[in-house]
Amino acid sequence: MQASLWTAIAAVAAASFALKAAGPVLLGRRSLPARANRAISLLAPVLLTALVLTDVAGARWNGLTWPILLGLAATTFSRLLKAPSLAAVIVGMLVTAGIRFIA
Amino acid sequence: MTESQAPAPGGELDSSPCFRASFLGGMRVGAGLGVAVFVLGLTFGTLARADGWGLVASLAGSMAIFSSSAQFTLATVLSRGGAIPAAVAAAALINARFLSMGLAVAPSLKGGRWRRSLEGQAVVDGSWIAAHLGGGRFDRARLMGATAVQYPAWVGGTALGTLLALTQRQIEAFGLDLMFPAYFLVMLIDELRVSAQARYAALTGAALASGLVFITSSSLAVIGATGAALLGLTDFPRRSKLCKQAYGQQSPPSLLRALP
Repeated sequence: MQASLWTAIAAVAAASFALKAAGPVLLGRRSLPARANRAISLLAPVLLTALVLTDVAGARWNGLTWPILLGLAATTFSRLLKAPSLAAVIVGMLVTAGIRFIA
Repeated sequence: MTESQAPAPGGELDSSPCFRASFLGGMRVGAGLGVAVFVLGLTFGTLARADGWGLVASLAGSMAIFSSSAQFTLATVLSRGGAIPAAVAAAALINARFLSMGLAVAPSLKGGRWRRSLEGQAVVDGSWIAAHLGGGRFDRARLMGATAVQYPAWVGGTALGTLLALTQRQIEAFGLDLMFPAYFLVMLIDELRVSAQARYAALTGAALASGLVFITSSSLAVIGATGAALLGLTDFPRRSKLCKQAYGQQSPPSLLRALP
């Protein structure tokens, strides 16, 4: 576990460094074609959706729990009401913790 | 400093009063971001310790990677028994946004290739947004100032979280296990406001991930869902030619509102 963990950390660190350095070093003032930039910009919402969904759903949709779902609903509601990021997350955490305390 | 008073990107000296003022302004913005980053680091340290990372590995990860989304992804995929290549690929894909962010900020950096590659490391989500002057111009001093505060906050939060070594039961009792999906959900809500294409791509990604979790691991489901980003290579969604011919430049909803 530890050897493979260090390998993973080193690989992700190298990838992060390369991704941040690539633009300033290789392309300088030039920019990618508009369509390529649009595809890159869409990676963020797609990945965030997939991460939230797989984290909440779990393997074969067996990980769904009411405290988590209601906590995320509270976070969504708070954010849509213009709450700051951290406040919206904390509201969700309080709802989830509160439901678990009562249950 | 107003936009019109801003120096030419990369044109000022690092020792100039202007650079110092912008750097301090960045630090002030970074202080607010740093609180959120510290709490997030605390959660990451706790979860990493629970997954058996240990203090040194957790700290090394935060110091070398310095990306909450990539580190949470790495920890999550590994904790579910995911293979190293899949975990690394998922974490790297999460950070792929830094490529376009680096391209955007590149003209504002200065120096040779090595220096520019180092200055590019200051790009993190909050700092990048704080340094944007508008019109595609960035204040590199402000970028660095905001990151200078967030980096120690992230590493410090990780250290404290790892040392506290909360149990899984304590994590759930405080609702800390919600922080990862909730944090990403907040980021997602903001992303969905950007464009209709982002919303369609997210919807397609959700459909792909929903189906893939039935037949493969979560990490592969995440990677498979990224195919939805190819929507960016198309013009979808757009009004059809027939629709344009019928309504011209005026959209159907505004036409409907104009009806008596």
